[in-house]
Amino acid sequence: MMKNLQTHKHAALGILGALLLSACSNSDSVSPVVEPPAPPPPPPTTVAFQATVSDLTNGQPFSPTAIIVHQTGYSVFTIGAPATVGLENLAEGGANNNLIAEANLDANVFATASGVGPIPPGGNEAISFAFFESDLANALLSVSTMLVNTNDAITGVNGVSLADMAIGDIVTMRGVAYDAGTEANTELAGHIPGPAGGGEGFNADRDDRMDAVTMHPGVVTTEDGLVTSALNGQHKFDNPVIQVRIERTE
Amino acid sequence: MKKHLLGLTALISMAAGTTAHATDFDVTITNLTHGITFTPFIATAHPAGNNLFTTGQAASTSLQAMAEGGDISGLVADMDLLSATTVANPAGGLLGPASSTTFNMNTDGTSNDRLSIVAMLLPTNDGFAGLNAIAIPTEAGTYRYSVNAYDAGTEANDEIINGGGAPGAPGIPGNPSGGGGTGGTGAATTDLNTSVHIHRGNIGDTDVNGGISDVDNRVHRWLNPVVRVTITVN
Repeated sequence: MMKNLQTHKHAALGILGALLLSACSNSDSVSPVVEPPAPPPPPPTTVAFQATVSDLTNGQPFSPTAIIVHQTGYSVFTIGAPATVGLENLAEGGANNNLIAEANLDANVFATASGVGPIPPGGNEAISFAFFESDLANALLSVSTMLVNTNDAITGVNGVSLADMAIGDIVTMRGVAYDAGTEANTELAGHIPGPAGGGEGFNADRDDRMDAVTMHPGVVTTEDGLVTSALNGQHKFDNPVIQVRIERTE
Repeated sequence: MKKHLLGLTALISMAAGTTAHATDFDVTITNLTHGITFTPFIATAHPAGNNLFTTGQAASTSLQAMAEGGDISGLVADMDLLSATTVANPAGGLLGPASSTTFNMNTDGTSNDRLSIVAMLLPTNDGFAGLNAIAIPTEAGTYRYSVNAYDAGTEANDEIINGGGAPGAPGIPGNPSGGGGTGGTGAATTDLNTSVHIHRGNIGDTDVNGGISDVDNRVHRWLNPVVRVTITVN
């Protein structure tokens, strides 16, 4: 969604229009003339982009993608710092609504958007988003999703500057897998929400070795000797795991 | 005429750049891993052509001592002979998962325009993270580098935590990350590649009192990169 700044701006333009109208009618003193209706206020100029998210893994579907356009002062996560509860929801259960709700409350966030559904390995999804042109010079794009056949692995791109992109420009980035640090990497079916486990998603307990976002160490799987793992060799991955193609469309 | 003047100025500044490389910069080293601890780092600015290691070539004895036991004294001495600008052990000891250390370096009046940073990964037999002679940026700004894990190729990756840290002594000197086991029979007896190469990762197991390895396969693993180096030129 475009943040509610838009409605504020519309309201402000409406008030300005009313003031101009009354000023006009006061200065006109000759004869009654039918005033033409005030032209509708011009909509604020916006820019539009499309992010095409591709799953580069062999057997790790991505949860519905979260798109967050922001400026310095907001980041989805910081290496070495604990994940927010919104990110924990995404990383453990693949639900992006809490992360997007957190972002929408942040004054440094310009716009948010969500993918329509999971992206299978080899799949691609194009997600469109728009924001005010006045924010373009400071605009950073973050894209976040979960590798669903894991305990709490996430990937995406973080803080890619959109400032220098002209209409038609394309920037392609790749991203690595991170560990949210909110759930131990047991690989037990009961804790893997994706199809390989069918288990629990979000759990407020933070039972990982440390409560901090790091690089993901990868999965072990039964084929590497972790007999209790719900995963097999098809679920292994290495970096990079995601590709994001960013195109400015308007 | 104007063009000539500009050309002359550029030539003069280029000449100055080759004799004295003036850079004052801050370095932040971040352990990106989830379960690996680093022994003390050495960060050294040095002239081009004096790399601490070269992939595809055998490790030096000083690099071997660092990679097998975390001992950087040999590398520090080697670089002192080259009049390098060196910071030894900036973290004041071990650097745990998700931790960072920041320090300043100043290469004023030297020709030390390359930066190398290495430290050993624990628990591994001879794994180390290596930033290899990158050109130190001179324009003010912030620069990020992703650092991979290498295998020194000097010791078989038996994954037995027995305190063996001296060059040539088998085994892993310690496991400050915790969560490992004992009594492993040995994951490997030889290194196929005895040159410096990209580390293949720990094998590990989940048997705390035996199995092939004393390393936990759910904990002491990584995917590259393992370290981020951030340089801020002041």
